[in-house]
Amino acid sequence: MGVEGIGARVLRKEDKRFITGKGRYTDDMSVPGMKHAAFVRSPHAHAKITGIDVETAKKMPGVIGVLTGAELKADGIGNLICGWMIHSKDGTPMKMGAWSPLATDTVRYVGDAVVIVIADTKGQARDAAEAVDVSYEELPVVVKTAEALNEGAPQLHSEAPGNLIFDWDIGDEKATNDAFAGAAHVTKMDIVNGRLVPNAIEPRATLGVYDAGEDHYTCWTTSQNPHVARLVLSAFYNVAPENKLRVIAPDVGGGFGSKIFIYPEELICLWASKKTGVPVKWVADRTESFLADAHGRDHVTHAELAFDKDNKILGLKVQTIANLGAYMSLFSSSVPTYLYATLLSGQYDIPAIHANVKAVYTNTAPVDAYRGAGRPEASFVLERIMETAARELKVSPAELRRKNFIRTFPHQTPVIMNYDAGDFDATLDAGLKAADYEGFEKRREEAAKRGKLRGIGLSCYIEACGIAPSAAVGSLGAGVGLWESAEVRVNAIGTIEILTGSHSHGQGHETTFAQLATERFGVPIESVSIVHGDTDKVQMGMGTYGSRSGAVGMSAVVKALDKVEAKAKKIAAHLLEADEADIEIKDGNVRVAGTDKSLPWFQVALAAYTAHNLPSGMEPGLKEGAFYDPSNFTFPGGCHICEVEVDPETGVTEIIQFVAADDFGKIINPMIVEGQVHGGLAQGIGQALLEGTHYDDTGQLLTASFMDYTMPRAQNLPSFNIMTTETPCPSNPLGIKGCGEAGAIGSPPAVINAITDAIHNNNLTMPATPQIVWNAIQAAK
Amino acid sequence: MYETQYHRAASVEEAARLMGEAEDGKFLAGGMTLIPTMKQRLASPSDLIDLRRIEALKGVTVDGRNVRIGAVTTHYDVSTSEELAKICPAITNLAGHIGDPQVRNMGTIGGSIANNDPAADYPSALLALDATIITSQRSLPASDFFIGLFETALEPNEIIVAVEFVGPDRAAYKKFPNPASLYAMAGVFVAKSGDNIRVAVTGAGEGGVFRLKDAETALAGNFSPSALDSLAVDPDVLLSDMHASADYRANLVKVMAKRAVAEITNRPM
Repeated sequence: MGVEGIGARVLRKEDKRFITGKGRYTDDMSVPGMKHAAFVRSPHAHAKITGIDVETAKKMPGVIGVLTGAELKADGIGNLICGWMIHSKDGTPMKMGAWSPLATDTVRYVGDAVVIVIADTKGQARDAAEAVDVSYEELPVVVKTAEALNEGAPQLHSEAPGNLIFDWDIGDEKATNDAFAGAAHVTKMDIVNGRLVPNAIEPRATLGVYDAGEDHYTCWTTSQNPHVARLVLSAFYNVAPENKLRVIAPDVGGGFGSKIFIYPEELICLWASKKTGVPVKWVADRTESFLADAHGRDHVTHAELAFDKDNKILGLKVQTIANLGAYMSLFSSSVPTYLYATLLSGQYDIPAIHANVKAVYTNTAPVDAYRGAGRPEASFVLERIMETAARELKVSPAELRRKNFIRTFPHQTPVIMNYDAGDFDATLDAGLKAADYEGFEKRREEAAKRGKLRGIGLSCYIEACGIAPSAAVGSLGAGVGLWESAEVRVNAIGTIEILTGSHSHGQGHETTFAQLATERFGVPIESVSIVHGDTDKVQMGMGTYGSRSGAVGMSAVVKALDKVEAKAKKIAAHLLEADEADIEIKDGNVRVAGTDKSLPWFQVALAAYTAHNLPSGMEPGLKEGAFYDPSNFTFPGGCHICEVEVDPETGVTEIIQFVAADDFGKIINPMIVEGQVHGGLAQGIGQALLEGTHYDDTGQLLTASFMDYTMPRAQNLPSFNIMTTETPCPSNPLGIKGCGEAGAIGSPPAVINAITDAIHNNNLTMPATPQIVWNAIQAAK
Repeated sequence: MYETQYHRAASVEEAARLMGEAEDGKFLAGGMTLIPTMKQRLASPSDLIDLRRIEALKGVTVDGRNVRIGAVTTHYDVSTSEELAKICPAITNLAGHIGDPQVRNMGTIGGSIANNDPAADYPSALLALDATIITSQRSLPASDFFIGLFETALEPNEIIVAVEFVGPDRAAYKKFPNPASLYAMAGVFVAKSGDNIRVAVTGAGEGGVFRLKDAETALAGNFSPSALDSLAVDPDVLLSDMHASADYRANLVKVMAKRAVAEITNRPM
């Protein structure tokens, strides 16, 4: 490892522009003639549209256009789709209700877009939007996950009778029932994983520009995957063919999954730009973000875990209702199925698992992937029930887990996943030691003297990231492959550009991806630039989500670097009159091993481009591309330990310590990994303690601002005690696993396990606000 | 935000005149509630009459134990007044915990009490301190000033000039903040001057700020936290919302009251 290579704590190259306000976000983009859009959105959770009168609005000052869904349909713009096919257990395909980008006959959640208004200024667009007169006939509403399937519940889509999208099974039901039949102990629990609003600091935004001269569209957008956006906009929404559509995702201020999906607004602004002849920009305000960004989680689950007389797990049964909201967002179907139930084996050797997932429609915002996407829900179910089982069996929660750990790899679980590597004892031991788990009872006694209830909770999570092998996900219903691409361009004087299909919206790719080239060629990190986020610059790529940029995106870079290195060595061998096998590249020099014969790196690059003296038959240039398709998911895992003190008088929980011992395999930049863990823990603890999404019975979102929706603040969080162990991933060339989501996946059950331990009441929902904890304390009295 | 006419008044008289001329005017102090409400298009005054530049409305004056706080004095200026801290540290402490630094640097005492948000901090202090509200037209005690939720005794063109009170022997304020907004979900201000004990509660009452007379009675005989052990706070007169039920608020009122008394009794004289 050099000072800037793999493993080095290189400061983030991108931070200079971010912390000096020089980042360039979609809302910073401006083009001549640009106008501003506002959307008329449904104030009702469920209603028939009986009329749309736009005449007054059209006459308002500055108004350029007022456009409806009927016009959109007439122009052949398609409905929004879900790109992952799930089949119910009876073999029938999922039942997807039509989602028109602008509602024409029915609105199904508060915030559903109905009309777009384009005007000279944003204020004028809003004024005119208020003047649009939409007549509604209100319909009955279903909001709660657990009520969507009730007989007589209001119906959202005629395509999905009973609001049931799919009724999906995984695992072997008979084998699981047989395992339960021989159980010495069964732990049963009802578990709710509440709904979250993503709240990226930069709201969604888009700028659609139609160039009539070229019949070409440009879409600036807040996307985690601009190429996927172009593919979907072209292939499914009929906006324009791919070669006539450029999608640019410039600096993006956080995504957490919510900016994977293609929303109505991007495609409407593109279409409206052609329709009105002006570039159209839309920037969500915070209320729109709350209402109309895809939300996360929202599961209602019953789980049962069976043990033999020696406390070895025999089987797990899980039944989940997953709320997908009013429409199926782009990857919504994959989240509560293949990203959730496939992780239910956790770190444990469980012989038989059966899970059933029913996905339902409700009159709420669409639900899709949000940091962790399915895996936090799985770890919450499993780690809550493991801790509960330990309490029922009166054994140490740590030792019950240890007794059931998987220790031989590869390990085939009963739910598809094949774990390639792991060392769960190592992370558990590291966590227990760091938390002084053994000394806890003394601390509990000391706290009791101060009138505080002290508790400790564990979570030994596993997750599958680095998504994903294309053929495997294709066989499971994915509409796309999940490989990644890269191109390494060595310029004539040796500087390097790495073009990647991954997209950085906070992850630090401009630093970590550059570290790979620095490690390989010994060039200073300043001379390596990362190019991403523009379909005109970068070849097809799949973008950033599912902690895949390291494991998949970087692996593609490594493949391209391999090719560049091979060609550079050929050139150097020719110039130095040596055998190719004897050439080594080190510290910015290319030399013949064991001799003093060497060339500076830039001379090899220059030779490639002058082409005055290349090996016979070699093409000029030093630029290589690669596509990398992973052979497996990667499986980060770890042990999170949370210790809390609860004030019994008020129900306030204070986190005294939070230990995270994670195994991310090989680490490229420890500082950036720590940042990812800190952010993930903040989100996980935010879910556990603070973030609650409330719709009232009429479907109005009560928590539609930061005055009512509690985001984690620094004062809510302890100073984290984090550490890593390293079991290299055998499935990719760098041995890396992915760390972006682990904090949000592992932490919520550790927090809730700690609080329930403190208050001696296991019946506690998230977020465990002071009111909810106080209620639970009263109930336990 | 809808279009609005902005006026900067140089005097209280000019402000009142401008308001009289406006079709649907609003006085603007710190704007910490009004401006966000306007940005969300929930308020659309035709005219904003800015009071912040009126020198006569600014500043904290302490004369013996008599305190006068000008209406447009910011929370920050109240919280950092050393003179005031010597007379009534409870109110400087209260001001220092309103909202966040941005709010404290913009928000004013006059704006806060004119708005009379049921979860605002100042109303509890002014009620417990038996403060006098000086307006452009009259003086009235806090108990007559605060009427109900977002409702005060102010007439349409009446402007708050200052708040006056006599520094108590001892006082303390304890707030349980709403985790999201940081407004009080239950805030209790306890003031003791000789035998006169006043306890006022904000954030919890369905009619806004109120005096907790049962607590005052209990403390009159025994000024200690344990005097409130058997205090029963009636949940029927308390707010109930998604953040806190009335029962929970009733508990918080009692706990905050005890903690305020404890702070007073534990503090060296």
